[in-house]
Amino acid sequence: MAPTNYYVILSAILFGLGVFAFIFKRNIITIFMSIELMLNAVNLAFVAFSQALGKVDGQVFVLFVIVVAAAEAAVGLGIIILIARNRQTLNVERVDLLKL
Amino acid sequence: MTSFLSSNAELVITVVKIALLLFIVLTVNAYLTWFERKVVAHIQSRWGPHRVGPHGLLQPLADGLKFLFKEDPTPAGADKFVYYLAPLLALALALTSIALIPFGPQPIRLFGHDIYLGIVSPDVNIGILALFAITAMGVYGVALAGWSSNSKYPLLGGLRSSAQMISYELALTMSVVGVLLMAGSFNLKQIIEAQAHHPERGIFGWNVWPQILGFFCFFVAAVAETNRVPFDLPEAESELVAGFHTEYASFKFAMFFIAEYTSMITVSCLCSILFFGGWLSPFPASWTFTHYLPSVILIPFGLWVILDGFRYETMFGRIILPGVGTAIAGLGAVFVLLPNVNEFIQAPFWLLSKIFVFLFVYVWMRGTLPRFRYDQLMAFGWKLLLPLSIVNVIVTSFVILVRMTWGAK
Amino acid sequence: MGREMTAPLVVFFVLAALAVIGAVSLILQKHPIHSALSLIVVMVALAGLYLLLGAEFVAAVQIIVYGGAIMVLFVFVIMLLNAGVEEHTNLSKMAGAPGLLLVVALAGFVAATIAKSAESVHAAPQTGELASTLGISNMIFKDFVYPFELTSFLILVAVLGATVLAQREKS
Repeated sequence: MAPTNYYVILSAILFGLGVFAFIFKRNIITIFMSIELMLNAVNLAFVAFSQALGKVDGQVFVLFVIVVAAAEAAVGLGIIILIARNRQTLNVERVDLLKL
Repeated sequence: MTSFLSSNAELVITVVKIALLLFIVLTVNAYLTWFERKVVAHIQSRWGPHRVGPHGLLQPLADGLKFLFKEDPTPAGADKFVYYLAPLLALALALTSIALIPFGPQPIRLFGHDIYLGIVSPDVNIGILALFAITAMGVYGVALAGWSSNSKYPLLGGLRSSAQMISYELALTMSVVGVLLMAGSFNLKQIIEAQAHHPERGIFGWNVWPQILGFFCFFVAAVAETNRVPFDLPEAESELVAGFHTEYASFKFAMFFIAEYTSMITVSCLCSILFFGGWLSPFPASWTFTHYLPSVILIPFGLWVILDGFRYETMFGRIILPGVGTAIAGLGAVFVLLPNVNEFIQAPFWLLSKIFVFLFVYVWMRGTLPRFRYDQLMAFGWKLLLPLSIVNVIVTSFVILVRMTWGAK
Repeated sequence: MGREMTAPLVVFFVLAALAVIGAVSLILQKHPIHSALSLIVVMVALAGLYLLLGAEFVAAVQIIVYGGAIMVLFVFVIMLLNAGVEEHTNLSKMAGAPGLLLVVALAGFVAATIAKSAESVHAAPQTGELASTLGISNMIFKDFVYPFELTSFLILVAVLGATVLAQREKS
């Protein structure tokens, strides 16, 4: 059984990688995926602490995070589809004017 | 060597079981294709394969050899990594789902270790949920295959097929909730034991009677989930060439094929376990003479196979068929003579018979029913099946609540 | 690491390595579909880690919802929008190296802080009963019933929103 710090360090590493992907990738869908990666990293920390403290509150909160991530992915991807239809591009650097 | 074996006994047992199960599942798949071709042919008033070996029994072998020797083109412009990954993913997921199915409640006691029938013990706390997790991931094989082929028909077929699988997945999971409410657990063993609460009822204690609506929804959704007739528009030959596996040849196509038949087997197992009592006998428990039923079936069948071998003129028919027949009859005789083995074999026998019945129903539907049009298919899934399964959940939970409050008074 | 390499520890390192490789691959891949596949690998590795932590229900839900629904949505959108390989612009190349250093510093700072203070948090013995479906559902439907109803409302709003957004304009 790995000690809790290992899980939390892994969570921090994944979160950092998610931040890096969020800042440096140009495809809007990849940026969205990095948000999911960050949410997953946080979930891992929740579950690790839930196991360490012996309560299930952490796992219940993980379920809520997953549900919110699902709702956010659905609406966010809908918006992305609309933007892609209007601007004909998925590159965030091209979508920098409020009006076409 | 022996110390390594004894200290890592669990690991060694599991590896051996995995190898054995892989071999068995692949052989069953091969003969399932033979079975399907024979049954569909007889429904259509013709013989199926009957030239390659007696009764066409070597046909799967010939098909397998054909798959190995066919040319294997890769479409131009296809994304190579995803193109090779898709059939692997489909096959791996389908075979993994078989690993979670328990084939019997009692373990074999060998060298002081308990060996369960099935790769994991029947007592997995999230048994059915893990099976649904693996089924949910199965969409990727289809979607990625369609997309990576860089061609119109596979893309259309892949998107349609994955949309269909996702839509029916909801109805699939909702229709099982009624059974889970009645059993009170995700544990497959406890679901079966909840159906054995009144052993004198036999077949009438199974889940299918109170959950007939759930069974209907589950079976239809499962047929749609495995892309079988009447829901096989995305891979129908007359509509979309061959759907998402158009650009796949020889062995990669064989992998999709095996994945589809393996998921058929998994669904049949699930139907039997969830609704039809799994490894429980349909006869009341007091009728112990029914314990001889396996032998009663096997011995005459073995004798018939022996006699059937004599009318063949080829050496193969004259030697192998009587040999197989003797083996089958001998097995039946062993069950009669050794009562311990007979008791042990009851559970897997009933489960395997039920799986066989469901596979027959699958093949029967293939030979009989026309296929749905795609918009009819989606309307059926969302507008009929999903509301029906939700109604099933509501009614079941209401009845259980009423029983709990009235029973407590 | 003054700790013997027991089997759970080995499994932890394998799964952790898989998760980190998946995340790095998400960044390094050029085609969004490959990034999506890498993210799926991360999700499955995390589900394995949840199983290792004894959270069996959360692991199953992670695979069903995240791996089987959300990522399928991503893969569908990538296919439908025909997302191609990313183009290169010079701007990001220059900021890459200092950015990487800063991110490593951020992650390292967070990790070091947690590691120092989490030494006092000992891993409690596995209470399989508590983390079972029964325990979690008890907690959801007794203590967290109000957030649960709110999330169902949230899902309804999301479904309506996505349906409206994805409609073609009636012109």
